Amino acid sequence: MTARSLIPHTLAALMLATLASLAAPFARAADAIDPAADAKAFRDYFTRKFPQVKLDDFVNGPYSMNEDMHKQWLEKEEFPPYEFALEAGKEMFSTPFKNGKTYADCFANGGIGIRQNYPYFDEKEGKVVTLELALNRCREANGEAPYSYVKDEMAALTAYMAFTSRGKPMDIKIPADPRALAAYQEGKRYFYTRRGQLNFSCATCHIQAPGERIRAEVLAPALGILNAMPIYRSEWSGMGTISRRFTTCNSQVRGVPLEPQSDEYRNLEYYLSYMSNGLPISGPGARP
Amino acid sequence: MTRITGAFALAAALLSAVPALAATEDDFKTAYAAAEAAEKAAGALRNQWTTAEAALAAAKKAAAAGDFDQAVAQAREAEALAKASVFQANSEKDAWKAIEIH
Repeated sequence: MTARSLIPHTLAALMLATLASLAAPFARAADAIDPAADAKAFRDYFTRKFPQVKLDDFVNGPYSMNEDMHKQWLEKEEFPPYEFALEAGKEMFSTPFKNGKTYADCFANGGIGIRQNYPYFDEKEGKVVTLELALNRCREANGEAPYSYVKDEMAALTAYMAFTSRGKPMDIKIPADPRALAAYQEGKRYFYTRRGQLNFSCATCHIQAPGERIRAEVLAPALGILNAMPIYRSEWSGMGTISRRFTTCNSQVRGVPLEPQSDEYRNLEYYLSYMSNGLPISGPGARP
Repeated sequence: MTRITGAFALAAALLSAVPALAATEDDFKTAYAAAEAAEKAAGALRNQWTTAEAALAAAKKAAAAGDFDQAVAQAREAEALAKASVFQANSEKDAWKAIEIH
C-alpha cells in the first residue's frame, strides 16, 4: 500500500471516528432516564392516535374510545354501580378506630382531596408508597388489622378518597433522589416487559391496542388508566383496587401474579401515575 | 425369502404384544425434581407462568393416584413451560426497550 493510497483510508477512518464521537452522546441520551420527556412522548402518542378524544377524557378508559361507548358511560353515570362502595367508604373513613383516632389522623389535609398525590416516593423509606399501602399502614399503626389489598373495604376507602379528589389533576413528583428515579425506571421496565405464557406486556394491550377488542372487551388506553381507580367492574361483579387490576392483568396473560403491593407493582403504579400527570382524577370509576 | 418374511412378521408380532415400559415412581420423582428446579429459577426471576404451576400440580395429583405415566408427562410439560418462562425473562431484560414510546 502506497502513501497516496493510505490517504483515503485515513480520511475514512477519521470521518468514522468523528461520526462515532458525535453519536456517543445520543446513545447516552437514549439510555438516560428522563421522566418529563417520557411523559410528553406518552401523551403525544395517545393524542396523535386518538385525535378525536379530548385529553381529559382519556381517564374514562374504554368509554373514551368511541361515541357508542361514551353514551354507555353517560348512562352508567346516572346510577353508578360504585355508589354503594362510595357510601361505605365515607362511613368507614369517619368511623374511629378502637383507639379513637381515624384515617384523617394519618394523612395530610385529613385525607380529603389528596388522592392525586399518590403514589409518592418516600425518601426516608427509599420506596414508593401507594394510597392502598398508606391506608393499611395507618390501620396497623392504630392497632387495626390490615385489609385485603384487592377489593371490598380497601376499594371502598380508596373510592371515597378518590371521590374527594375528583377533577384535581394527577400530581406525582419524582424527587431529586437517584432511588426515586430508579423506582420510576423499574416501573417503566415492568410496564413494557412481556410476561406470561401469552407473552404480553402491559403495553401490548394498553399502548399498542387501546380501542381494539379482546373478545367482548374494549381495551383502555394506558394514559389516565389509574385516574379512575378504584373501579366497579361488571366482569368482577364488584369493586376492585389498583392491586386487583395489576394482579388480574398478570393472570389473564397466564403469568403468576406477584404479591399485591410488591415493589414491582408499587413502581409500576408510580410510573403509570406519573405518565398521567395533569389529567383529572375521575375515580371511582365503572368499567364493563 | 418366505422364511425371512416369516421371521420379520414374528418379530413384529412379538414387539407389538410387549407393552411399552410404564413410568415408575422414580421416573416421576426425577422428572418432577427437574420441573421444580426450572420453576424455582423462574420464580427467582419473578416470572412464573400459571400454566407451569398447573402442570406441576397435575403431575403431583397423577402421581398420588398412581398414574406415573401421566405424572411424568405433566412434569415434563411443566419443566418445558418453566424453561420457556426463564428464557422469556432473560430475553426481555433488554427487549422491552424495543416497544418503549420515545
